[in-house]
Order: sequence, then structure tokens, then C-alpha cells
Amino acid sequence: MRRNLRHATTTIREKRERAVAEVPDWERLRDRGAAIKDATLSDLAEQLLTLEASVTRAGGTVHWARDAEEARTIVADLVQGHGSDEVIKVKSIATDEIELNAALEQRGIHVTETDLAELIVQLAGDTPSHILVPAIHKNRAEIRALFQRTLGAELDTDEPARLAEVARLYLREKFLTTRVAVSGANFAVAESGTVCVVESEGNGRMCVTLPEVLITVMGIEKVLPRWADIAPFLQLLPRSSTAERMNPYTSFWSGVTPGDGPQAFHLVLLDAGRTDVLADPVGRQTLRCIRCSACLNVCPVYERTGGHAYGSVYPGPIGAILTPQLLHLENDNANTLPWASSLCGACYDACPVKINIPEVLISLRGQVTAAKPLDVEGVAMKTAAWLFAEPHRFEGAIRLARLGQGPLVKHGAIHALPGLLGGWTGTRDLPALPPKSFRELWRDRVNGEQA
Amino acid sequence: MTIDLFLTCLNDALFPRTGLAMVSLLERLGHTVRFNEAQTCCGQMHFNTGYQPEALTLVRKFVHDFRDAEVIVAPSGSCVAFVRDLYPKAAEWAGDEQLLDEVRRLGERTFELSEFLVNVLGVEDVGAAYPHRVTYHPTCHAARLLRVGDAPLRLLRRVRGLQLVELPAAEQCCGFGGTFSVKNPETSTAMLADKVQHVMDTGAEVCTAGDNSCLMHIGGGLSRLQSGTGVVHLAEILASTGAAS
Ligand code: SF4
Repeated sequence: MRRNLRHATTTIREKRERAVAEVPDWERLRDRGAAIKDATLSDLAEQLLTLEASVTRAGGTVHWARDAEEARTIVADLVQGHGSDEVIKVKSIATDEIELNAALEQRGIHVTETDLAELIVQLAGDTPSHILVPAIHKNRAEIRALFQRTLGAELDTDEPARLAEVARLYLREKFLTTRVAVSGANFAVAESGTVCVVESEGNGRMCVTLPEVLITVMGIEKVLPRWADIAPFLQLLPRSSTAERMNPYTSFWSGVTPGDGPQAFHLVLLDAGRTDVLADPVGRQTLRCIRCSACLNVCPVYERTGGHAYGSVYPGPIGAILTPQLLHLENDNANTLPWASSLCGACYDACPVKINIPEVLISLRGQVTAAKPLDVEGVAMKTAAWLFAEPHRFEGAIRLARLGQGPLVKHGAIHALPGLLGGWTGTRDLPALPPKSFRELWRDRVNGEQA
Repeated sequence: MTIDLFLTCLNDALFPRTGLAMVSLLERLGHTVRFNEAQTCCGQMHFNTGYQPEALTLVRKFVHDFRDAEVIVAPSGSCVAFVRDLYPKAAEWAGDEQLLDEVRRLGERTFELSEFLVNVLGVEDVGAAYPHRVTYHPTCHAARLLRVGDAPLRLLRRVRGLQLVELPAAEQCCGFGGTFSVKNPETSTAMLADKVQHVMDTGAEVCTAGDNSCLMHIGGGLSRLQSGTGVVHLAEILASTGAAS
């Protein structure tokens, strides 16, 4: 698995660098993207009301969902209200976030994912491990076996082309017979009520045009004020995510058009913790995210732990800051995520909307630490701060440590430490403290000069 | 010029040789070096691990200790990046306007060694000699937060007898990350394993960098594997005149 992931992230990382290098003013484009998002976020309530008015004017219906539960109920009610027990879906992380599929299945609504990788994940009863390539943890042989088992396909090879064909035939049938589709949205334009989905397979386009009813679930942070605001993102997004100059498929729709496409359109605006993120002056930049996954692909920690280690639909660096914020730092797993980073800063460099992920990580670490009872680490940190507060205390501590290290030192290095620090010396040596600290040597020197 | 040395707690306690090298190098270039013995630690470890009130105390102490300094130079990209990049954030988050103002002015005169030599003093040839095969690891904070760019390489290229070999995947993090390596030892080790392998692939005798924390990590891995490759801080190479090493 790790090898699949390493290979994929390395390839895409190199391709992305080339794609980005082609744009002469990439830095300015990033600034522009960040600025548009920031301006929108600072005026979010207004923008959303404008969006609601525009969508309504265009013949669509807007629903407001405070949390995941509300969003799930709205969608399920809509599907059943339109007399259907089946939906096809466009790949969407927002619907993964609210665990929509399980909720629909529970209400007796059968769900078919139409994105190839999502379909694989769904058939395997698995969870996605990457925002953009959800089935990155599966190899061809596994996929072939899966298709044979679940779709009854006869496959004598695991050639990608053959695998794709099997999926295509299966999906074509679904497109033509299913009446309700569910999608996410990459952007929505407030002034016109236009919703936009970008994708690379074209299956999403089928979903938003063929069925009679289209239900879109969108995080409230996806709104943009004007049409013109989309342009920079259509450059930033594909280069950052798939290292392409343009997305193969970009679909736009506004409300409904009689005789063309779905005849009913519902837009579900999902809050689910986002307004609270907005209230945090450091954390709010997280909401600029356009889910391009560039940060995942450059992250050395993600590369080695994989997406499932994050226990959330948002893996990698963005997951490490978004998940704990959406969950209000109340969930134990989410609370450890801000530490899943060496703070190397590669994600910040890669992010097309310049989210300072390390900064947000540090801020969240502070919030979690301040809220929890004092533990061993806390005591150690407070002691260290106390020692550092006065140079003579610090110097005394160095002296003491020098005396204490005696039995641990072998050939000038420490090979095993007790307790919390044991993980460190499990695989690496630590240099022993030298006979004199710099300040002692400095003092010797000053005294020598005076003598 | 009079240069205030910010030695950082780690260098003071564990790597005093780097400090001595800084002193002899800067003096050789004709400058006066001061070391304010009141200094201890910049507070980075506390801030980055989530102990911000404790860090803030150390930020204030640092500001106090270095108030009179004309320029502050440190053998650590990471600690300099902390002072320059995160001190303003720490002050902002604490809502302390006066501190913010002070740390901004302080940040403008705080430098990592290589950027100070190349960008401020305008020297690339520091008159060093170091007849060894050397590879250079650009540490994350120096490279990404300070953007020191090729300053260290320019300096190394002018060292007599030094054979510089390129490190594959140089810009990848070694996995140290301060307390990250203690809290996530397996992931950190996996990152270190790649770094150490790349260093060994170069066939270098010495891996250098501008930060003893990263070097301690890489060196710890090299030492455990008994690789024969050592780690030496950039300052020590630049101070060396080739007599002994
Ligand atoms: S945080 Fe930035 S790099 Fe990561 S997915 Fe979001 S937009 Fe992309």
C-alpha cells in the first residue's frame, strides 16, 4: 500500500511542479485565489443569501442544513419525495463528510457511485484514502477480483482499459435508468446561482444532465461572489490537483431549464461546523480550501501513513487542520491530528490558496493543550520553560544532565533512553552532552583574555 | 560590525563546537562577536508543541535579552525562522500590540548564518579550507520559511578542497520536527530512513546543514547504521582552515 502511495504521490508531485512552472505568475495567481476566498469568507452570510435568491430565481430550491444529520434527512426526504429509491452520485467529499451513502441505504435508497475510484471503494465496502484518488490503496489485481465478485464480470486480465470498460458498461445502465442524482459542488456563483463541478471522467456530467432530479450538497464555503471569480480557480485547481492545464470536464448549471437536463434542482447548503471555523481568526483560512489535494501529495507524513490513518474523509495536511475544527476539537482522534506533522512546510508551499497549514496546526495544538488536563508532557514543558526563564537554572540543568547521563553514554553517544524518549533512541543515537557548554567555554575565553 | 550571537539552547548544551566555529569565523571576517549570557531559548519547542503561554514568556525574554543588539546571528535556520516568522504571530495571537511592534523590529535584524554572510555581508569566500567530500541538506525551515536559497551552497563552493556532491531529494524533510520525532517515532523513523539512505548514496564523508537539530537527527540515524558518514554543522566547515578536522 505504502509503495502504491509513494509512487503515485511522487509522480503527481513532479508533474504538478512542471504544470505550475508553466504559469509565469503562479505566485500572483495564488495570491488572487486566496484574496477572493478571504473576501468572500468575510462576507459569507451576505453571499449565501444572494446565492439563495439567484438559485430560487432560476427555478431551483435551496435548503439549509445546520449539521450532517439535517443534511442527510433533507436529501433522503427529497429522494423519496420524488418517488425514487435509487440515486447515482457524482464524486463528492461533502457527501462523504456527512456519511450520506450509509444514511440513504438505511432509508432503503440504493446508491451508486459513478466516479470510477469511488465505485471501487464503494463496491469494496471501503473508505476513500485520498481526496482525489480515493482508491489509491488498491492495485489492479485487487480491483479485478473485486469486479468479478461484485459485478459478476468475466475478466481474464487486469489491464486498466478492460477494468474501465467493465465499470463503464455497469454505469451506463445506471445513468439511463436512475431518476435522481446527487452531486457535490466545487464552486457556486452567488450573483447567477450557477453551480460548478469539475471532474476528469465525464461521469459527473452524465449525472448532472441525464436524471430528472438533481440534488447538490455543498459546503457553505464554496460560494464565490461573481462569475469572474471562478476564472483563477479553474487555473489553480487542475494544476494543483491532477497537474493538468485544464479539467477534462467542467460542468455549470443554473437552476432548471425546461426541456433540458434535470427538471428539479435542489441545493443543500451545509454548515456542519463551518461557521465556527469562520469565527477562529487563525483557523478560518482553512475554509479557503478548494480540495485540490496538492498538500497530500507533497506531505512526507501522508506519504508514509496513508489516508486512513487520519480517520476522516479529509486526510493529509488539510485533514489534520479541517477535521479537528469541524469536530470542534471534541473528538479524541481529531484532537491528535494537529500533531501528525513535522511542520516541514511543504504543504504551505504547495497550497494554491496559500493556506498556512503549519500555522493553523500550531494554533490548534495550543487550543487542544490549553483545554486538556496537565499530563507528563505538560509537566516536562512547564519545567523546561521554568529552567529557560533564568540562565543559571538552564546552566544548572545542563550540569545535572551531564552527571545523570553517565550510565547511558557509550562511545560518546546515547543509544537508549528510558520512558517517553525511548521511541527516539529506538532507531537513532543521541549525542552525549559534551564536558562544557558553550557558555562555559565562552566564559573561559573571556577570563583567559583578561588574565 | 558588532554581532550578537544567538546560540540557541540546543547548541549551547550539546554543540558548543558550532558556537566556537561561529565566533572564529565571524572574527576572522573582521567583526566583533558578543554573547549575552542572559540568553537561553527562543521558545520554539514550546510554541510548536502547543504550549503557547510558556512560549510567550520566552519570547518576551528573548526580546529583552537582545534589545540592544545591532544584528543577531544564529547557527539555526529553524530558530531564526521562529523569531522572524512566528514571533509576530505569537504576539498577534496574544493580542499584544507593543510586543508585535518590538518583535517585528527584532526580526528585521535576526539572521541565519548563511544568509547573513551572503546577503548581508556580501561574502561568499570566507577563506575556509575543508578537503572532504560533502553533501548538503537544506533544512525545511531555512529553505521554506527563510528562503535562504542557494546561500549555503555558494559558501560551500568557495571552500578550498571541498568536493560538493548533490543530495538526492534534498528538499524532503528528515522527519525530526522537534517533538514530532518523539511523539510519532515510527513515521519520523520512516522519513529518516529515506534521508539517511540518500546521504549514504552520495558517498559523502560528511553531511552538512545549517541546523544542528536536523543534523542531530540525521547523524543519529547514520550513527546507528554505523555508516561511517558524519554530520558537521555548516559553521564548522566555514570556520575550518583545513589544518585539522
Ligand atoms: S489545503 Fe490547499 S493544497 Fe490542500 S487540498 Fe486544500 S487547497 Fe489544496
